[in-house]
Amino acid sequence: MIKIEKLIHDYIQRDDEGNAAGTFRAIGGVDLDVSPGQFIAVLGHNGSGKSTLAKHLNALLFPTEGTVWVDGMDTKDEKNLWEIRREAGMVFQNPDNQIIAQVVEEDVGFGPENIGVPTEEIWKRVEESLKAVGMWVHRKKSPNRLSGGQKQRVSIAGVIAMQPKCIVLDEPTAMLDPNGRKEVINAAMQLNRTKGITIILITHYMEEAINADQVFVMDRGKIAMQGTPREIFAQVERMKELQLDVPQVTLLAYELRKKGLNIPVSILTKEELADALMGPAAASESEGSAEDDKAAQSEEKEAPHGNQG
Amino acid sequence: MGIKVDDISFLYERGTAMQVTALDHVSAEIPDNQFIGLIGHTGSGKSTFVQTLNGLLKVTSGHIYYNGEDIDGDKFDKKKLRSDVGLVFQYPEHQLFEVDVISDVMFGPRNLGLSDAEAKKRALEALESVRMPKSLYKSSPFDLSGGQKRRAAIAGVLAMRPKILILDEPTAGLDPKGRDEILGLIAGMKKELNMTIILVSHSMDDVARYVDRIMVMGGGKLLYDDEPVKVFRHVTELEELGLAAPQITYIMKLLKERGLDVSSDALTVEEAAAEIMAHRRELHV
Amino acid sequence: MFDSITLGQYYQTDSVLHRLDPRVKLVGTFVYLISLFVVDSYVGYIVAALFLAAMIFLSNVPFRYIVRGMKTIVFLLLITVCFNLFLTPGEVIWQAWIFKITKEGLTFAIKMAVRLSLLILGSSIMTLTTTPTQLTDALESLLRPLKKLHVPVHEISMMMSIALRFIPILMEETDKIMKAQIARGADFESKNLIKKIKSMVPLLVPLFISAFRRANDLAMAMEARCYRGGEGRTKMKPLVYKANDRIAYLVLLAFAVVCILTRIYF
Repeated sequence: MIKIEKLIHDYIQRDDEGNAAGTFRAIGGVDLDVSPGQFIAVLGHNGSGKSTLAKHLNALLFPTEGTVWVDGMDTKDEKNLWEIRREAGMVFQNPDNQIIAQVVEEDVGFGPENIGVPTEEIWKRVEESLKAVGMWVHRKKSPNRLSGGQKQRVSIAGVIAMQPKCIVLDEPTAMLDPNGRKEVINAAMQLNRTKGITIILITHYMEEAINADQVFVMDRGKIAMQGTPREIFAQVERMKELQLDVPQVTLLAYELRKKGLNIPVSILTKEELADALMGPAAASESEGSAEDDKAAQSEEKEAPHGNQG
Repeated sequence: MGIKVDDISFLYERGTAMQVTALDHVSAEIPDNQFIGLIGHTGSGKSTFVQTLNGLLKVTSGHIYYNGEDIDGDKFDKKKLRSDVGLVFQYPEHQLFEVDVISDVMFGPRNLGLSDAEAKKRALEALESVRMPKSLYKSSPFDLSGGQKRRAAIAGVLAMRPKILILDEPTAGLDPKGRDEILGLIAGMKKELNMTIILVSHSMDDVARYVDRIMVMGGGKLLYDDEPVKVFRHVTELEELGLAAPQITYIMKLLKERGLDVSSDALTVEEAAAEIMAHRRELHV
Repeated sequence: MFDSITLGQYYQTDSVLHRLDPRVKLVGTFVYLISLFVVDSYVGYIVAALFLAAMIFLSNVPFRYIVRGMKTIVFLLLITVCFNLFLTPGEVIWQAWIFKITKEGLTFAIKMAVRLSLLILGSSIMTLTTTPTQLTDALESLLRPLKKLHVPVHEISMMMSIALRFIPILMEETDKIMKAQIARGADFESKNLIKKIKSMVPLLVPLFISAFRRANDLAMAMEARCYRGGEGRTKMKPLVYKANDRIAYLVLLAFAVVCILTRIYF
């Protein structure tokens, strides 16, 4: 779906007169390969280059060196520009600054209007998209009357209405409260599951990365770590070095290991911790041991669908 | 002495169809030198509450006493109140406007009518309290990094030398490192400057480890007002409010349900680890 | 602080007026405004007032809500009335110190007040029943002939609609920055003009910066959603005249004729 080779991005710094005074390297050689239908999380502290990377995926920025392909299309090739932007939709951080229309449904229709979709088809897409993120009941509302989480879901709907293959979410939850954060992440995961849309989630909330298929950790414009959430979060020390957190339960397991308990390094949920400490069979109500371990994992993945709005 | 809040209510758009009760008969005392966490989800009334405390919003009914004096009284000096009760808004870096960091921090003290020399002295102190590197004092506030901007803005309020400092979501939008820095800074300020700090947040994990007392707001009411450990015993009720207890609380609760006789009062990873290790013999590891 | 501004803000409900084509409402408002300057007799004003009353009734917007919006401009109205009242020369009917009221001034002031009130209420009926988006759509559609003269009609209407979307957000932001600066001891209530202008700096600088940041973000978000000007764009809600709209045009025509008749006969 997305393939990046040796990507380098330099920002040109200008002095007060507007002359180029130097360059700042935001991305210094990134290789990345994302298969269709994957849920990818990109972690990294502020200034690690993750937002710059995101903008390359939507052809909002172009490589200084190296190449980015979106669904086989080179972003540097100008004739691909609009097709790339349609195929790889983007949701930004600030919920207020990306809603253009003054009524929810009209905002969702904005993208399809731009690419010349016929009127009837727009209405169909708007309905589908708003239903997919659970915002259909709010379609007539002014965006100003929505909560932060709801606004972000409208933005996601606006992207889906373009029928993309991939959605890039650039810190979509950074300005939201915990409820809003859950709403947005659940909506994204739902789309990934039911429609097979590739999701690239850029975040600094570690809990949001737990369910990803693949996690990339960025630092100083490079990919510092790469692997499944389990592999990544097992490296508590390394994550701290990169100025990032690990989920609290993983941290607790890490502390317990340090104190001499023999438990696995890659614990991601409280159920896994309980199993490790008490033995899977210890819980009288739980089923077989192998089952239980699996259940703990998949439960985390499935859980959000139950409470979809 | 501190603040005494006596049965206050606040209505937005009073007398119209869109009337909203933001505060509904709230009473509380805020003594000197205490570290308080004020928790509630968006729309719970917490932001309205803190704005009434320094007189930015006038209560619809009830009274607020500062050092025993009614802040809505005729003779009451509101300017003094605003300098004594400092309020750092959400995303405070959006209020920066001066040409350099130090002038921006001096804005508050100057408004108090202090001489430039005195204002500067206070600004320097405040910048030191927020650990601003000296090399940045003369930089434009707009050239700072996100975390630095926020610290400059906090210094701007700190320079008024408040006795009570209220911070509304001081960690919003920061990455984990920025968040830990700001929280560590606030905890440090609390110790150094012996003031009362009210930390407004919707994250239990953020406040749990630092504060002496937690006030939980919901639907404009003050629902819980107690030590953190006692507040978190109401996990179920908190969840109904759309709030969560710290993640550690859930872990300990689960272990307890599975038969490990740990106390679920641990709030931090360290406390939890110690508590689990104390039951080393019951573990199947 | 800005809660009181309801003047002309869209009121969400369902009514005959709400369902009308926005072009009809735009043209209608225009016709109404002109008619207010055509009529020049009490009979004419009564006709105009009755027409407005009928529109308010049809709009389904509570009268209280409309009047509350008027509050914000009462001051403006008073100034205009005072100017006319005291500064119109003619037959003096009341005098005190340097103030004198003339017969002509009194008539003129009354007419002016009535005219202004009708004018403001009339145009707010349009904005109360039409979303700003519909309005800009209507404007774009009505001005389309100007495109031949290379007037960027689409761009103008897009700019207007974005401005309208961000006004409430920037209002809220102004309120917030103001409060934050007051919390730092800023004084926005100074009577001294120079001080007052100076006190605006801590408000305006952050506000401008924020507006620029938002504009930047928005431009990027629009680009990301394939916006590239009006070329090749389709419409989600194209404007199509229906039976009701044609009737409305007839009603408007009748109203205009009556107004002209009052001018001739009264």
